[in-house]
Amino acid sequence: MSEPIDGKLLADLHAYVDNQLDPAQRSAIEERLAADPTLARMAAAYAKQNAALHAVFDPVLGAPVPSALKRPPAPRWPRRLQQAAAAALLLAIGAAGGWWSGQYAQNATSARGVAERAAVAYTTFAPEVRHPVEVAAAQQDHLIAWLSKRLGTPVKAPVLTSVGFNLVGGRLLPDTATPAAQFMYEDKQGRRLTLYVRIDGQRAEKTAFRWTTLSRVEVCYWIDGPVAYAVAGELSREEMQPVARMIYQQVDG
Amino acid sequence: MEASGRQIVELIPRLRRYARALTGNVDQAEDLVQDCVERAWGRLHLWQRGSNMQAWLFTIMHNLHVNSRRRASNRPDVVTMPDWEIGGGVQPIQEHVVEFHSVIAALYRLPLEQREVLLLVGLEGFAYREVAEVLGLPIGTVMSRLARGRERLREMTEGPAESEMKRSS
Repeated sequence: MSEPIDGKLLADLHAYVDNQLDPAQRSAIEERLAADPTLARMAAAYAKQNAALHAVFDPVLGAPVPSALKRPPAPRWPRRLQQAAAAALLLAIGAAGGWWSGQYAQNATSARGVAERAAVAYTTFAPEVRHPVEVAAAQQDHLIAWLSKRLGTPVKAPVLTSVGFNLVGGRLLPDTATPAAQFMYEDKQGRRLTLYVRIDGQRAEKTAFRWTTLSRVEVCYWIDGPVAYAVAGELSREEMQPVARMIYQQVDG
Repeated sequence: MEASGRQIVELIPRLRRYARALTGNVDQAEDLVQDCVERAWGRLHLWQRGSNMQAWLFTIMHNLHVNSRRRASNRPDVVTMPDWEIGGGVQPIQEHVVEFHSVIAALYRLPLEQREVLLLVGLEGFAYREVAEVLGLPIGTVMSRLARGRERLREMTEGPAESEMKRSS
């Protein structure tokens, strides 16, 4: 090894290798390199290191970029937008179904009313990153006992793992006569759907599956005696169908 | 899409190259890129118009990587040697393969703090003051890590290079 290199010279040497010098500095360092073989060997070695990095890693630049990375992730809207979406949905329902008129009272207890409530609740809570549920799936026993007590009838959280959805948890929501329950599920890609459950007292009828689309939320709903169910999600009808059937099988009887 | 959004998309290949080189592991790199880009989209409203998007994105990636290393600090590192044909790309010319291989092998024996400076400068072409900004370090620290990293890399690789010179060809 030759005599130690001072800090300024060393910094210039690196800047030379990295092409970060202006022409005057560049020719000055080139003169030093011509006169000092130790410096020249260092510069050559460092340049070779850079070349090796480029040779090995530059091919990554040509790899196709997954399309999911090329746009903002859809369901995770900022909070303000999320609230705006829920409000817009309420207004849309209001305009279509007479939310502000006397029709509302009639509508509210109908099956259609449940679908609307479910869609609004979905739009409000499904995009939540930190607080999607009040009680998480980890405390499922507590969740079920609590919701059953508040709804005044035993409820259960269907198991949807066989159709790709896991329980995130649930929450209690205000509704017309009695409170309603919302269970939230999530698949591996982070897509969410909710099951909305409401008890409507003395009713005895049963309905088949009905479908509606409110804003972009697909809702499948049905009435099974005193209980009204609505499954809501931003999925296609084809994707929702097996989920709704699975829920129906588990809650029936 | 807004101009800032387009800038993110344009810089994704660069983020992927850096992540691959930094971690030396394909899966870890893809996770890091995904987390970084997701976070960037989510925080785009915090990005100051006219400021350096490239530095902003690499800062996010640096912070995510530091945090994930901290969480994984009790697990051993899984470094896989990068493929020579990453992404089906260019094969290095034959006589350079041995040399390149020894540089890359040595790269993963460097402390992370030296490796990241070496990569941001030598691979990503950042100016020294930009590296200081991305890593949140004084520029003097950046320069000393660069100097020490490159010198260590040279010590680790020159042995084989010299013996190669003696070899008859």
